[in-house]
Amino acid sequence: MIKNTAAQMSAALEKGETTSVELTKLHLDRIAAIDPQVKAFLHVDGDNALKQAAAVDADRASGKKLGPLAGIPLALKDVLAQEGVPTTAGSKILQGWKPPYDSTVVAKLKAAGVVILGKTNMDEFAMGSSTENSGYGPTFNPWDLTRTPGGSSGGSAAAVSAFEAPLAIGSDTGGSIRQPAALTGIVGVRPTYGAVSRYGLIAYSSSLDQVGPFGRTVLDTAMLHEVIAGHDPKDATSINAAVPAVVAAAKLGDVKGLKIGVIKQLQGDGYQSGVLARFNESLDILASLGAKIVQVDCPSFEYALAAYYLIAPSECSSNLARFDAMRYGLRTGDSDGASAESVMNATREAGFGREVKRRIILGTYALSSGYYDAYYGSAQKIRTLIIEDYKKAFTQADVLVSPTSPITAFKIGEKSEDPMAMYLADVATIPVNLAGICGMSLPAGLAEEDNLPVGFQIMAPAMQDQRLYQVGAALEAALVSKWGGYLISNAPALGGAK
Amino acid sequence: MALSYDDVMAKYEPVLGLEVHVELNTESKMFCSCSTTFGGEPNTQTCPVCLALPGALPVVNAKAIESTIKIGLALNCKIAPHSRFARKNYFYPDMPKNFQISQYDEPICFDGFVDVEIDTDEGPKQFRIEIERVHMEEDTGKSLHVGGATGRIHGAEYSLLDYNRAGIPLVEIVTKIVPGTGKYAPEVAKAYVAELRDILRGLKVSDVKMEQGSLRCDANVSLRLIGSDVLGTRSETKNVNSLRSVERAIRGEMIRHAELLNEGKKVKQETRHFQEDTGLTRSGRSKEQAEDYRYFPEPDLVPVAPAASWIEELRAQQPERPSLRRKRLKEQWAVPDKEMAAMINADALDIVEETVLLGADPTKARTWWLGEISRIANEKEVALTDLTISPKDVAEIVALVAAGELTDKLARQVVEGVIAGEGAPSEVVAKRGIKVVNDDGALMAAIEKVCAEQSETADKVRNGHLPAAGALIGAVMKETKGQADAARVRELLLKHLGQG
Repeated sequence: MIKNTAAQMSAALEKGETTSVELTKLHLDRIAAIDPQVKAFLHVDGDNALKQAAAVDADRASGKKLGPLAGIPLALKDVLAQEGVPTTAGSKILQGWKPPYDSTVVAKLKAAGVVILGKTNMDEFAMGSSTENSGYGPTFNPWDLTRTPGGSSGGSAAAVSAFEAPLAIGSDTGGSIRQPAALTGIVGVRPTYGAVSRYGLIAYSSSLDQVGPFGRTVLDTAMLHEVIAGHDPKDATSINAAVPAVVAAAKLGDVKGLKIGVIKQLQGDGYQSGVLARFNESLDILASLGAKIVQVDCPSFEYALAAYYLIAPSECSSNLARFDAMRYGLRTGDSDGASAESVMNATREAGFGREVKRRIILGTYALSSGYYDAYYGSAQKIRTLIIEDYKKAFTQADVLVSPTSPITAFKIGEKSEDPMAMYLADVATIPVNLAGICGMSLPAGLAEEDNLPVGFQIMAPAMQDQRLYQVGAALEAALVSKWGGYLISNAPALGGAK
Repeated sequence: MALSYDDVMAKYEPVLGLEVHVELNTESKMFCSCSTTFGGEPNTQTCPVCLALPGALPVVNAKAIESTIKIGLALNCKIAPHSRFARKNYFYPDMPKNFQISQYDEPICFDGFVDVEIDTDEGPKQFRIEIERVHMEEDTGKSLHVGGATGRIHGAEYSLLDYNRAGIPLVEIVTKIVPGTGKYAPEVAKAYVAELRDILRGLKVSDVKMEQGSLRCDANVSLRLIGSDVLGTRSETKNVNSLRSVERAIRGEMIRHAELLNEGKKVKQETRHFQEDTGLTRSGRSKEQAEDYRYFPEPDLVPVAPAASWIEELRAQQPERPSLRRKRLKEQWAVPDKEMAAMINADALDIVEETVLLGADPTKARTWWLGEISRIANEKEVALTDLTISPKDVAEIVALVAAGELTDKLARQVVEGVIAGEGAPSEVVAKRGIKVVNDDGALMAAIEKVCAEQSETADKVRNGHLPAAGALIGAVMKETKGQADAARVRELLLKHLGQG
């Protein structure tokens, strides 16, 4: 049962073939069995999950009309506030904090009857591409436990990939949903900026952060996308428009007559040969399905990584200032006579990890008087150029595509001492965040050289998220029929999934 | 060594700069829906947003934007079609986010002016104060330092934080530098803050209570040698909590600067704190090294882009300017200069106008409010508007006097009764049994009784010594418990004594 898709579980619940309590128990058992190896979860909320499941079962028994995901278990990235449940954003500085409120996404999940199994591991404050920067130790890639699942939403991706949950929520600031989806062989979507409320999402870089869904199939992902998206008056940057019809698009799955643009700048040097081989193979499939493949030029993408590593640290240096030991979370150094300033310093010294400190320092510097124009100001200009590149490219193609990550899952520890190498893991995903548009990663097969999953990235203009699902579903259907099943079904079994 | 103000003015010219913070009277905070009511139990008016809990996001209070645009229009400012919020980053325990959402390079209102008039040696003179900008921001929480002698952070045993005030909408009104006021600098500054206060009150956008901190003034002063066009180093005086303090603080700073400069010392660029008791300032934070607030556009908020039609609508709704209103009322009511000034000083213009609008004679209304009622207010050390007596009550009393149902003396008893909470004037009259004795028979009985008791005085009057009648009238008034009309008593008395 746990190897089924969420859509299949939903149908089984509807038909009375199973109950939410049973589904939830199966997943909790799976977590108990394999999470000691994967370490996807920071906090498993079993009792509450079972209570929630029982409530949905009771509603169903009473004939109440339920949404398609009612009773389906889900793993929640620890970056989202959930009332009464420990929420740390992967940081020691928030150890023990239990939010007194629900993020809008959590409220929507609860309203839809989705069963929240627990909180998943992540790079501290979503800063990283491997989940190694978590204050609570790394998560391991279910495909190969010596490798990282990517990041920062590595815990959520690993949980879905390891059948600990059929669905998960992540957040994507520079690729933090798409890159781990690629590295763990699942589907991940970063919706259009403003499509999903950020209220209750612990901020890393406010102008780039976006919450999004993980699933093992394009349709599952679309179903979750529809539940969490929509305007929220509590988020001033939330878009007040109808949610794109992503489920309908995922069911349609047609590319006939569509123009698909391949971005010249997102391939070539630095991309693993097996990644490019799978990418090109997918392009051939899309062409054979009736899409027209065109090449598009996005010259400013060359500067995207540099711009990102000025904007995101700048915003984070300000967003993380509130962690000062005054109101919540860790407090150290508060011995007799200590000044407020020294307590703040000691707490931030003890509570923040190295990468977080690195970015706070970087951002503080970039915003400093005398440097602002050269750094933050220039980065914003590049951002504008990237938006213009996309605008032009979308006049030539309906969607744009690239490999999601230039490389497959890398070894734990391989890049953790080399920030630049780590930053390059997001080179193909960052432009989407800078432009505020939407992107999907879906499995394109295994790289020949290492037998690890390769992600295929689809990008669409703002609030055209349905295009991702339409194209993704078409490609997925062709690949699944070629492979004789979902890629994830071929993942090395961990502890015997039922 | 202590210089006189005239010594200062003989050598130096002051340059002013005034920053006024106004707490708006919106019902909810700037970026969340928490209440803004003053004086609540600490930390009861808070939520995830104004406590800066992880994940919480700000949403702009549209009412605050409306109020700020109204202020901008009243100060003759241009209204930006597109303005942005910015983060001002610095650490302080009572600032929950450790940044303040403010406006930086794109304020909502800019380039305005206010004209103020003061009395000078050459008569009334107008000064124009140019406004650089009007922008929106949020207030911080409050630190309460417990223990230690001063109530300040130094020497305190511990500090408590109250976040009720955190996120209250503030508007900051910043002037351009104000040169050319000469020796009138303190008066001009005071008149400017008073004018601002009146404008804001007229707009009904703030309580404008300086003593409660809903209107706060930071006064920047520098001196330069007369004839020089190089600006001197300024100090910025905070904690100026009354109009009188504005004047005192600036005068005091001018003298302090001049003394330093005369001794060849430098004025430090710093904030100073005004002390009400001494009228002096003490050193605060040094601003020698410009603080780096690392401003950048607030990414959690979208730009403010008020529609031109909305701005015009607000412009059309602007109330009468206080200066024009004062001029109009002075003419309508035919108030002499001195009395007008007294009324403005006493903050009684609104209340007198309301009384007049309820039908009272302007002179009578003014006399009551500035006379008897002000006396009682002073005694109780409260503002006129804090007394239980209303313009309606005063209008009723004026009408009763005019109708001859009360004498002025009786009316004072009624005023006292209303203020004591005995009810409306008619109720006080009824309860206390106050009424003018109009019955000549009753008066004659009292007159005869008094004349018999004080026969010597009565004889004097009979013999033509009229001033002696005063004592007899007083005694009759006493006999009738003040309820008689003194003029009628006099008339009857003189007639009784053969002098009528």
